[in-house]
Amino acid sequence: MEQRIPLRSLAPELLARNFAEAEPGLTPKAAVEESNRCLYCYDAPCIKACPTGINIPSFIKRIATSNLKGAATAIMDANPVGASCSRVCPTEILCEGACVLNDASEPIMIGKLQRYATDWAIQNGRPLFKAGTPNGRKVAIVGGGPAGLSAARELARDGFAVTIYEAKPLAGGLDTHGIVSFRLPQSVSLWEVEQVEKLGVTIRTGVKVGTDVPVSDLMDNFDAVVLAAGMGYVPPLGIEGEFLDGVYDAIQLVEGTKSDELPILALSGARVAVIGAGNTAIDAATCSVRLGAENVKIVYRRTKDEMTAYDFEYEFAKQEGVEFSWLTAPSRIIGDENGKVMHLECVRMQLTEPGADGRRTPVPIEGSEFLMPVDAIVTAIGQKRRTGLIEMFGLAHNRGVVQIDTATHVTSNPKVYAAGDIVFGAGQGEAMVVSAAEQGKRCAHAIREHFASAADDESGPEQVAI
Amino acid sequence: MADLTINLAGIKAPNPFWLASAPPTNTGYQVQRAFEAGWGGAVWKTLGEPIINTSSRFAAVHFNGQRVAGFNNIELITDRPLEVNLKEIYETKKRFPNHAVVASLMVEPKREKWHEIVKRVEDVGVDGLELNFGCPHGMAERGMGAASGQQPDLVEKQTMWAKEAAKTPVIVKLTPNITDITVTARHAVMGGADAISMINTINSLAGVDIHSWNTIPHVGGKGAHGGYCGPAVKPIALNMVAECARHPEIGVPISGIGGISTWQDAVEFMLMGASGVQICTAAMHHGFRIVEEMIDGLNNYLDEKGIESVMELVGKSVQRYSNWGDLDLNYKVVARINTDTCINCNKCHIACEDTSHQCIDMLTGASGNYLEVREEDCVGCNLCSIVCPVDGAIEMVEIASDLNPMSWNDRQRTLARLNAGQTEMEVV
Ligand SMILES: Cc1cc2nc3c(=O)[nH]c(=O)nc-3n(C[C@H](O)[C@H](O)[C@H](O)COP(=O)(O)OP(=O)(O)OC[C@H]3O[C@@H](n4cnc5c(N)ncnc54)[C@H](O)[C@@H]3O)c2cc1C
Ligand SMILES: Cc1cc2nc3c(=O)[nH]c(=O)nc-3n(C[C@H](O)[C@H](O)[C@H](O)COP(=O)(O)O)c2cc1C
Ligand code: SF4
Repeated sequence: MEQRIPLRSLAPELLARNFAEAEPGLTPKAAVEESNRCLYCYDAPCIKACPTGINIPSFIKRIATSNLKGAATAIMDANPVGASCSRVCPTEILCEGACVLNDASEPIMIGKLQRYATDWAIQNGRPLFKAGTPNGRKVAIVGGGPAGLSAARELARDGFAVTIYEAKPLAGGLDTHGIVSFRLPQSVSLWEVEQVEKLGVTIRTGVKVGTDVPVSDLMDNFDAVVLAAGMGYVPPLGIEGEFLDGVYDAIQLVEGTKSDELPILALSGARVAVIGAGNTAIDAATCSVRLGAENVKIVYRRTKDEMTAYDFEYEFAKQEGVEFSWLTAPSRIIGDENGKVMHLECVRMQLTEPGADGRRTPVPIEGSEFLMPVDAIVTAIGQKRRTGLIEMFGLAHNRGVVQIDTATHVTSNPKVYAAGDIVFGAGQGEAMVVSAAEQGKRCAHAIREHFASAADDESGPEQVAI
Repeated sequence: MADLTINLAGIKAPNPFWLASAPPTNTGYQVQRAFEAGWGGAVWKTLGEPIINTSSRFAAVHFNGQRVAGFNNIELITDRPLEVNLKEIYETKKRFPNHAVVASLMVEPKREKWHEIVKRVEDVGVDGLELNFGCPHGMAERGMGAASGQQPDLVEKQTMWAKEAAKTPVIVKLTPNITDITVTARHAVMGGADAISMINTINSLAGVDIHSWNTIPHVGGKGAHGGYCGPAVKPIALNMVAECARHPEIGVPISGIGGISTWQDAVEFMLMGASGVQICTAAMHHGFRIVEEMIDGLNNYLDEKGIESVMELVGKSVQRYSNWGDLDLNYKVVARINTDTCINCNKCHIACEDTSHQCIDMLTGASGNYLEVREEDCVGCNLCSIVCPVDGAIEMVEIASDLNPMSWNDRQRTLARLNAGQTEMEVV
């Protein structure tokens, strides 16, 4: 039997350094230079490529003309979580990917400029928006993640009385708990939460709808409900040994590094295998590196071409020293006599010819099983659906994906709207912070429209005459 | 949100940003689009006898990769019939009653011509008139534009003729192609001008193509001087506005024009005495939507400073603009280099060494090379801080003086008292 060193946590100072934001912000000089490079295109493709439609040339011109408040306002007006998005958006495939300078020279660093302006707003501290005059209507929002916050912000600006129910002790959703701090410090997400609270939105944290308050309470006491509960933790792998000591859920792993309450995993010196190759797998892998792991391997049954993580994430993971085991499928987790993870049994895969969907399926190569010695395994194969909650609301869904009208985001119950990860999947949308934000906005606008037209119907001709 | 409305000699507008008389205000379609975008006023493209323009009209000077540092044109006044313009002015004013619509006019220097055109444009409801004595090309050959704008007596006489017929405020637009703009400004005021605007464009040749040897722009291989505008002319325009603003015999509101492309530029013009600004090149470079950024920036600036109305800015810096002879010769600043933010490009050293007073030393210390100013030798010229690429890395700090303030003029007066027979002149 091989020698195993007991795993430890890194020293707090080292952890603090490892989990501090990795990417530095632009200096004032860099921001001025970069903002002046922007062409201020008309009908700019970057605006169209941003799911929330931020007026990018405008906010950049405002940076160039020392109007940082105006820049931050333009950003946050279109995107209530614009500070987080400046850090986590896959800008290469969104705004920056659409920049007309891509071929002519270098695309404008839109994300970094967005961060520069919103960092200013965070430091400046003064609110950018005001609540609307109360209109007497009440809306409940389930989930205080990007989708819920975005809906709340827009509704509050329209004069609705908004209550967010958030199961966790802090709002912000995955921005607060799920995206690693060295990409998105928690303080940024909490600032966005605070901006929404300052508009008079009540955020009831630590209240889980369906458990702590019944769904009927919301349905009875509010004029409309926005369901923005996201998705859950990582689903089971369905292989032997996955409940052994040393097998972790990727999202919980990250959550532990972002919370003062949860224990930090002792991974110093560990050999870690991360199963999956999406965004979560990358975050879990780089997180493990920063927790002090000696060797981190991403184990994926397909190849680099099929993985769902973005190119920049892949590059980042490689830079962090993460290794990739392509065409490798985990088949079994083997523990030692104390029930502690010891080996990941894997089987080599090969890809078939492309099927009807154009995707090549991985099939095991017979007899290629091998054992990968590991101290910890992190599962990152996706997120569970909130089917239970959806069913408590009695909403039509497709295997946990709430069915909506894509224009209004109204569900099968006309009083309930849904946005964010809870409607993502089954060919619908993208699981991104920015799309959650846009969908939250759309729900809010649809609710506004709904009650505006309801008000029109109620007012008789004699009332109009005054 | 501050109050952005302005009142320029009785002409009111929702904000100080007006389009100058130029291609952006050529038609009703354009002016209405501009108002929709947020512009507070527009001075219609100069009306007069319609002309024929050349094809190939504009050129620009690009500076180190930035487009349009300066803009040059050989366009003339409107090329559309007066009736068409009048009809569109009427329609525009009807749709936008609260926006300022000013008609720019240029006719032959004849009394009845001025009377006639003033009457015709006032009949369609303009808020004011701007007399274009500034176009530096084409029209001058016909005795109009700069040709009359360079002769103080003609400025005065024509202003008077326009005023005889005018019921709305008359703004006289001045040409910068003159030695002392306060002379023509004064004559405009003597002629009865309610306000003056400046500057029109400056005589210019944008460039020469070093391969074809043609002028830029050229019309079939031939060129002629044009008028220069855009960011490059701002300091010239700002000085002219300031000189007029502080001149005791001028005393009428000023509409500031020339190189304004940001809200900060507008604030500078207003601080130097302009009651509002006019803009052409920035709109031509970016479209009408650029005004949104200007309005937002101005608003945030005023809020930040706790200023309730933009009109409070007007003239706030004028009294600080003086004559060289009145500057304090005992005031002293020296350069100080912040080694923490200095990036060691050594630009300041070589600028001072080769072209100023040789007082920035390149030194080596424990942590490497650094730069230091020998303050006793520094004359406080600012050159190093100008060439320094990092904001704040070189600060010009004031050195307290034990001497009382003394200007050149003070000095001359004192010397004269001490020594009757002194002949040196006052410097103004
Ligand atoms: C590890 C990881 C990394 C990611 N990285 C990126 C990235 O770089 N860029 C990017 O754009 N996207 C990224 N994403 C995706 C992104 O985080 C999500 O798409 C986005 O957060 C979805 O927002 P949401 O508001 O729909 O859901 P969530 O952010 O999940 O928020 C839902 C909220 O609802 C609460 N809730 C759930 N059930 C209840 C209940 N019954 N009662 C009350 N409250 C409830 C939850 O506690 C949570 O706070 C990442 C996701 C993960 C997991
Ligand atoms: C193409 C062009 C045409 C112009 N035509 C006129 C004109 O007809 N009448 C006039 O008074 N000024 C005319 N101008 C001058 C502008 O009104 C303005 O005074 C000048 O461009 C300075 O402002 P700017 O730096 O913002 O462009 C013209 C300028 C340009 C660029
Ligand atoms: S801008 Fe271009 S297309 Fe338009 S008139 Fe001028 S030369 Fe022609």
